[in-house]
Amino acid sequence: MFDFASFLPRAVMQGIPLLYGSTGEILTEKSGNLNLGIPGVMYVGGICGVIGAFFYEQSVASAAEMSAVLAIGIPMLASLLGSLIMGLIYCLLTVTLRANQNVTGLALTTFGVGIGNFFGGSLIKLTGSEVPSIALSATSAYFSKSLPIAETTGWFGQVFLSYGFLAYLAIIIALLSSYFLKHTRTGLHLRAVGESAATADAAGINVTKYKYMATCIGSMIAGLGGLYYVMDYACGVWSNNAFGDRGWLAIALVIFTIWRPNVSVLASILFGGFYILYLYIPTGTELSIKELYKMLPYVVTLVVLIVVSLRKKREDQPPASLGLAYFREER
Amino acid sequence: MGTACAVKMENITKKFGSIVANHNINLELHEGEILSLLGENGSGKTTLMNMLSGIYYPDEGQIYIHGKPVTIASPKDAFDNGIGMIHQHFKLVDVFTATENIVLGLEGKLNLADASKKVREICEKYGFDIDPNQKIYDMSVSQKQTVEIVKVLYRGADILILDEPTAVLTPQETDKLFQIMRNMKADGKSLIIITHKLHEVLEVSDRVAVLRKGEYIGDVMTKDADQQSLTDMMVGRSVSLNINRPDPVNVTPRVVVDGLTVYDELGVKRLSDVSFTINAGEVLGIAGVAGSGQRELLESIAGLYPIASGTITYYSPDSETGRNLVGMDPMDIRKNGIAMSFVPEDRLGMGLVGSMGMTGNMMLRSWRKGNSPFVNRKDPEALAKRIWDELEVVTPSTSFPVRRMSGGNVQKVLVGREIAQSPSVLMTAYAVRGLDINTSYTIYNLLTEQKMKGVAVVYVGEDLDVLLELCDRIVVLCGGQVSGVVDARKTDKRQVGVLMTRVEGGKAKNE
Amino acid sequence: MNKQSLFHIAKRGTLPWYISAAIRGCAILFALIVCALVTMFMTGENPISIYGTIFHGAFGTVRKTWVTFQNLAVLLGISLAVTPAFKMRFWNIGAEGQVLIGCLATAACMICLGDKLPNGLLILIMIVAAIAAGALWGFLPAFFKARWNTNETLFTLMMNYIATQLAAYYIIVWEVPKGAGKIGIINQNTNAGWLPQIAGKQYLLTILVVAVMTVLTYIYLKYSKHGYEIAVVGESQRTASYAGIKVERVIIRTMVLSGAMCGLMGLLLTAGTDHTLTTTIVGGRGFTAVMVSWMAKFNPIMMIFTSLLLVVLSRGASEISSVFGLNHSFADILTGIILFFIIGSEFFINYKVSLRKAGKKEA
Repeated sequence: MFDFASFLPRAVMQGIPLLYGSTGEILTEKSGNLNLGIPGVMYVGGICGVIGAFFYEQSVASAAEMSAVLAIGIPMLASLLGSLIMGLIYCLLTVTLRANQNVTGLALTTFGVGIGNFFGGSLIKLTGSEVPSIALSATSAYFSKSLPIAETTGWFGQVFLSYGFLAYLAIIIALLSSYFLKHTRTGLHLRAVGESAATADAAGINVTKYKYMATCIGSMIAGLGGLYYVMDYACGVWSNNAFGDRGWLAIALVIFTIWRPNVSVLASILFGGFYILYLYIPTGTELSIKELYKMLPYVVTLVVLIVVSLRKKREDQPPASLGLAYFREER
Repeated sequence: MGTACAVKMENITKKFGSIVANHNINLELHEGEILSLLGENGSGKTTLMNMLSGIYYPDEGQIYIHGKPVTIASPKDAFDNGIGMIHQHFKLVDVFTATENIVLGLEGKLNLADASKKVREICEKYGFDIDPNQKIYDMSVSQKQTVEIVKVLYRGADILILDEPTAVLTPQETDKLFQIMRNMKADGKSLIIITHKLHEVLEVSDRVAVLRKGEYIGDVMTKDADQQSLTDMMVGRSVSLNINRPDPVNVTPRVVVDGLTVYDELGVKRLSDVSFTINAGEVLGIAGVAGSGQRELLESIAGLYPIASGTITYYSPDSETGRNLVGMDPMDIRKNGIAMSFVPEDRLGMGLVGSMGMTGNMMLRSWRKGNSPFVNRKDPEALAKRIWDELEVVTPSTSFPVRRMSGGNVQKVLVGREIAQSPSVLMTAYAVRGLDINTSYTIYNLLTEQKMKGVAVVYVGEDLDVLLELCDRIVVLCGGQVSGVVDARKTDKRQVGVLMTRVEGGKAKNE
Repeated sequence: MNKQSLFHIAKRGTLPWYISAAIRGCAILFALIVCALVTMFMTGENPISIYGTIFHGAFGTVRKTWVTFQNLAVLLGISLAVTPAFKMRFWNIGAEGQVLIGCLATAACMICLGDKLPNGLLILIMIVAAIAAGALWGFLPAFFKARWNTNETLFTLMMNYIATQLAAYYIIVWEVPKGAGKIGIINQNTNAGWLPQIAGKQYLLTILVVAVMTVLTYIYLKYSKHGYEIAVVGESQRTASYAGIKVERVIIRTMVLSGAMCGLMGLLLTAGTDHTLTTTIVGGRGFTAVMVSWMAKFNPIMMIFTSLLLVVLSRGASEISSVFGLNHSFADILTGIILFFIIGSEFFINYKVSLRKAGKKEA
């Protein structure tokens, strides 16, 4: 019997980092920037949170003296700051200096993963730990604290209430982003920038500002995905490369949801489910099959990508100026 | 002078690299008047207006709005000063609705329902016919233009600039637009219309200001002007519009198009049951409002457009039987020994490779020659040198990217290459668009020369005067259908104009 | 708004080659200075000795030099492989997967046919299999791009991970010993399917193959009819069809070629040097290749230098990390910094920046 009550929460927890990443990337792409540096940004978001938490944990005598506000606030601020800087680097190069977005994004990923693993490795060395990982269980406890009633409400609590606050925040941000894009003036302007920067410019919209804002805020949201992964999902344990290819999966999710953050809420859980499906489907002794299940998100995304390009529905296409730099005095 | 100035531009200079687009220009727009800004293509009209609308920023000079000195550094500054510009290339977001486009760039809380209502009110006031909730990609060209105008009115602009608004309109739509412009003037708005069509200047404006090669030539009240005096101001000297047109000899059918129907990739019918004949030894003109199927027609014949039904039969000079070209691509046509040359409308996007030099572009027609896996560069190089010489192309070398050449030189490279193929059919689309008068005449003469050699020449044009003086016969297209074939020597502008707007079923017939 | 009137930015005409070279040189110089400062901050060493260490890491001993050249060959080979597609403006970021699938095909032949066929025949089958696998991985995105204009960047990105998971699956199927989760050295005792060593040097074969590839790619792109077709398609598909070039065919053919070259690099990796299969055997070089190719403006000869720069840096940085006890990922950070500077410097080659009114200031 398929145990939904235990499957769903795990799928959700797998999905939340992807949800952060895809929401951030959707905002970014709506401004016409295809930021392939998102995996790097998420790494940086994660490691900066780890660094913040590490030094805070070091600075207090014992876990009991930690203040909840600081224990959550410091890693979060560090994480946001780190991913903001990544977003700024991307914008400086692609918007101000009009560099190729693909190349810049890939360089940013190299750089970000390098930063993550470098500082992760250095911290591990600093702690003199036996295992190649660093555990921040005290901080993690604050991040993964769920509502007390979760345990008393049976399967309902397990499925809906058992997560740390960052999980709910992810859903709120995704829904807000969706509302923002569809129903607010700033959202309308942002979409115009991504569809046709020249049109937006002629309408008096500051294209550069929108591109910077969307990309930097998008990066910060994506960075929170890294923070959630390490602090909540991984229980505060950072080990190098453990984050894996979730950043690319987040980009896949953007296509899969056809640039809709609200769809992403459910789709990210679906993707998370694909990731752990092998645990719930009897495969006998064949462990290898789980690797094929992990392939599923990419395959379904590919199918969506193909179907969308076959149907040619205008509303479903990527933002029209995705990947292009804008230069007003072009002549 | 008496009237106050809505806009005053003082000593405006704008440079693009080494090119001076506007030099020391002084221009005034009085309150409540319609001013025509007249000039040839490339005379700097649009650049000058773009500095009013905040697209460009002047290198030197000062702008006054209603007497106050202002800085217009962005389109937003322009809106704030009540200036609205309707661009030639529409600045609309395709996947947005009309209303969404209209409110784009405004501030405050977004309420699309209210906005739609206000758009409807404006439409009713001026008699526009658009649906506020329709997506732009579903709209016709004139509907898109309407959206642009409503957008400006919605913002409460009192200074309107229209950049060649009639280029895409039928005469009926033009009349309607002019009526609207008069209404707006009656409303106290001040308008500038950029154009190079003299009859429109005389019809709609109160005053005419003329630019030539980036310089301000002067202004004249419309009531004191006539076609001749305006032409003199515009081109600097009286030009004889007489194009050399020898009578055709040995006219034989070269390409017979029968029942041609095509659909575009969105499934919209672009050509419907089109039939006509292209004769050797003749220049066949094709007239029509922009977007009536001219592009699709030429591309279909050249093997570049999927054909739904109909036949295109080619009769070679030395054989009696024809060959159906439908289903052939350009390479098949070439392999069948048919020398078809084509000067497309989009010169750098279709006819040439912008980043390559003249030699690389000559290779577009010869790259496949020979059995070697490598390309032959020698012959194209020689051809490039010949064209460089004969057509006086201005370029530093045969490897200088054609994208960096001026429009006239680009066209010389393209036409030169196409004629060098010794074609039996030569099709040209808007061959003189954007060219100065001397280059235009060079092109006319080249085409006539080809005609006298027995080539079947097709000339798609927009300027009726030129069509009437250059061509032997004119096919008129309207909405993807042939609305008439006329003898260019026996018809006049009016008759062709009527044919251009006649849609089958009598919908837009106005006779 | 003020910014608008402060700077004037305009597209440049062509710059003489020495000025653009100087701008790029300056960018690299700046990047090296920044890298030195970062390293100094991390290690407390002076920059000169840092670059000494880097150089030593890359060329310090004969063995290190060989490894450097082997790394150079692999990176250069993959960069060459992606270049025809890029010249066509086909944003193939799937080299990672195309190489990996070539590795997988090679490993499959070695494991399944290792003791059943004479070595010569086995190697022949491996070559065919690796090239075919890479070509298939290149064909799929190209087919959909050509037919339905499916976004190739996103398509090839997904294909990378499908290849990764496929490799992960087979690694567990073939794992030695059971439960190890890895394959280890394939055919360690028989050496079946191992590519022959030339002159007793393990890496020489790879280096020679890539050297030949470099020359061939250069000739192919510059002088062949295919190369001309690729250049025209890259500039404008409409111009290409106008000139009688079958655009769909060129896109598919070029991507199959790109994929096949990647597959060949996979063969060299698995059968030539590493003799194993892991999901990280390509190690991100499929992505780095994109940057190498782009920095060299898609010129195969220039790519020798751009890949050399990155390889030396990465080898040197790993030397620094072991000497100073830093993490190996330090190399990625330095690579990132250098890339940022080079990417950014292109702006000053393509555009002219001057201060408005207050005279001219060349950037």
